[in-house]
Amino acid sequence: MTTQYKTIVKDGLWDNNGVLAMLLGMCPAMAMTTSATNGLGMGLATAAVMAASSLLVSTFRSRITQEVRIPVYILIVAAMVTLVDLCMNAWMHELYKVLGLFIPLIVSNCLPLARLEAFAAKEPVLPSLMDGMFMGLGFTVALTIIGAVREITGAGTLFADASLLLGPAFKFMEMQLMSPDKGVLMMILPPGGFLVTGLLVVVKRMIDVRAGKAIQMGGAHSAA
Amino acid sequence: MKQQRMLIHGVILGVFCLGFALILAVTDRFTVKDIAARALEDRLNSLSQVIPDSIHNNNLVADAIAMKDGQGNEITVYRATREGKVTGLAYEIFGSGYAGKMKLMLGVDAEGKVLGVRVLAHKETPGLGDKIETKKGDWILRFNDLSLGNPPVEKWKVKKDGGQFDQFAGATITPRGVVRAIREGLEFFAANKAQMMDLAAPKAPMKEAH
Repeated sequence: MTTQYKTIVKDGLWDNNGVLAMLLGMCPAMAMTTSATNGLGMGLATAAVMAASSLLVSTFRSRITQEVRIPVYILIVAAMVTLVDLCMNAWMHELYKVLGLFIPLIVSNCLPLARLEAFAAKEPVLPSLMDGMFMGLGFTVALTIIGAVREITGAGTLFADASLLLGPAFKFMEMQLMSPDKGVLMMILPPGGFLVTGLLVVVKRMIDVRAGKAIQMGGAHSAA
Repeated sequence: MKQQRMLIHGVILGVFCLGFALILAVTDRFTVKDIAARALEDRLNSLSQVIPDSIHNNNLVADAIAMKDGQGNEITVYRATREGKVTGLAYEIFGSGYAGKMKLMLGVDAEGKVLGVRVLAHKETPGLGDKIETKKGDWILRFNDLSLGNPPVEKWKVKKDGGQFDQFAGATITPRGVVRAIREGLEFFAANKAQMMDLAAPKAPMKEAH
């Protein structure tokens, strides 16, 4: 792996993480993380859409003129989302029943759009695909962690219904850590989303400071 | 010159729109049958929970009729038949909960006795109002075998309102809405029994269930 790809992977997963560093995509990060499984599913669907749309934008980057780029990006993201929505409804129906309502929300997520504008519009196809994929996976990791914290504190379970998402083989992931009556209801409600996301941003920055890194301020800047 | 450049941008945007419209149209073509089949499976699945298989030998969806309920909603009434007689009915009922409309499926037998009730969709508070789901508790099962006379109409309320049904600790509005919806659903049956039991009534067009 060349240094460029290493930077892309590290950027997506940690340094420039969509949720924890850039604070983008807050809408699904709050709405969909009532459980770790929901966060994981939403994250994976977003990653698929991001990889596909980064690939397309990068392929057509010389044809898309500056003036119409934003509508074209939105068109591409929306088309990919609709594609995922239709295919999931038809062929992964159980999963669709869990996530269905939230798939259209990916269009309103500004993380894909930010990556198209900041990266895929300028870079070759392969790095763009990698960027879309790893930004998406970083998003998935962040959503899963937020979901896990909220689920454990709010409902006392971890990865409930994971077998619906990943198949019966993953039944072992479903854990009951404490009685549901002991859960703090607020953590599952919207305020819990804000609290946990905020605390995780703090934790990430503390780790970065410990490691002696300069803190990157939020924003859609690309390190590439 | 400027106009010409604007034209080019328009053409580029137009070509992208056309291209993706084509891709989506093709995908839709490939998935539309599977999606309809899944929707029908879901519908039959929720119907089989409120109408036991033992009382009918027909296809519930095939013998459905369209009606207007007491609140003016267009509803589909699914009918269970056995040996040419209607043995049960299932239809959607609506209640107002703490956080908006709740949609339920009510199954009744030919005498107006509740065969079963299930919540199809709601936005109630997790941990408080969502105990109306079978997944979270068996509260909703207590309506089985009840009817308008049993208990008497004035007892079709939550205990807090002087009725006979338990509310939840911390959530009264949700069960109140459910009890009321079921009562109104049974009254709807009582008022429209003749039409609902009439097998000669025009069938509802087969449409995609949502």
